[in-house]
Amino acid sequence: MNGLKISHLSVKVKKKEVLQDISVTFQPQTIYGLLGRNGIGKTTLLSLIANRIFAQDGEITLDGHSVVDNDLALQRIYVMGERNLYPKNLKLATILADTAAFYGGLDQAYAERLAQKFGLDLDQKYGQLSTGYRSIFKDIIALTVTADYILLDEPVLGLDANHRDMFYQELIDTYAKKPRTFIMSTHLIEEVANIITHAVILSAGKVILDEEVDEMMTKSYLVTGPEKEVTAYVEGLNVIGKEQLGRMTGYYVYDDLPEMRILPDTVYLEKMPLEKLFIYLTQQTTERKEG
Amino acid sequence: MMNFNFNSIEPIYLQVSEQIEDAIFTGTFAEGERVPSTTEISKQYHINPATVLKGMNLLVAADLLEKRRGLGMFVKSGAQERVTQRRQDMFYKNYIVSLVQEAQKLGLTEEQLWQLIQRGWNKDERTKD
Repeated sequence: MNGLKISHLSVKVKKKEVLQDISVTFQPQTIYGLLGRNGIGKTTLLSLIANRIFAQDGEITLDGHSVVDNDLALQRIYVMGERNLYPKNLKLATILADTAAFYGGLDQAYAERLAQKFGLDLDQKYGQLSTGYRSIFKDIIALTVTADYILLDEPVLGLDANHRDMFYQELIDTYAKKPRTFIMSTHLIEEVANIITHAVILSAGKVILDEEVDEMMTKSYLVTGPEKEVTAYVEGLNVIGKEQLGRMTGYYVYDDLPEMRILPDTVYLEKMPLEKLFIYLTQQTTERKEG
Repeated sequence: MMNFNFNSIEPIYLQVSEQIEDAIFTGTFAEGERVPSTTEISKQYHINPATVLKGMNLLVAADLLEKRRGLGMFVKSGAQERVTQRRQDMFYKNYIVSLVQEAQKLGLTEEQLWQLIQRGWNKDERTKD
């Protein structure tokens, strides 16, 4: 029963059902992408895991034990919030020390090295930081804190391209040295497409996809060519999107391709990027809900 | 430097193994030399270390790389020749079969195909139209 397991979780915020009967298990030592459109309940889910709010139904367990009022479990789960939870007049160095005390510790030397790398002065007060540097500071804690499950809510919010690149490098570096679970929610899907090995996609209050990225990629295709040939080739397959450019037609297919079907010379196969898959899958589910 | 095509339908781990194999073939990574570590490749290209390792392990299984405990991955001796041999074996499947098929589609005879190959083989003739 290893892992962070969410079973049949439902939650209402201000009488509105944000999450409906969500079940998903996060395995140890894996990097996850938690993807969903704005306002879909990603932050709510992360807050539930951190025990900051409570669910109406369902439970969250860590290695078989409920996380509710369970200090031992909560020490092993670090949630980096998108919202600002720190008092503005607190010094960064103090926040680091407090975090180290609550969790099983924090790699102080690594935190200082990272602060220097990112050009962050730890003698500053939290309230003085720009949006980007608030993210960087929270990222530094997330990368250095001793915990087995680290949840990152929008870790690159407000970061420029150089800082994003540095963050991804550090994430990979610390993960390689000490494998643990990272669950990242982000809107920059293509940037993390090869870093995450498992994706969980939320849409309309439900988990619509929970799969290994490798698996997903073996059935995510863009099939292009002249309308007649392409349409014949994709017949019966799970088509999730269509694009038209002049006389060329492109179908986004999320399915295993039939081995027996011969690909005509005029029809081309490309990989559908993870971001496109996300866009079409989430579009489908919200349209269905509205319609 | 490695060059990944993230839009290709070929999985990234296969691209990793092919890129390294190619570097062994061309001699960029010489025999007995250390290849970049999993973490080095992962960090530079933002690829999960497990994915890179999967690609490297294919080359270990193919007898091209060897793990040296605590030191990293090294190109095995005789690796370059093994890659060349394997690519020669693949040559028939990858090129000759489709070459003959295309020639037949175009209505060329065996004799004509021979002549074209001879012309291609001869450096001076190749550039002529």
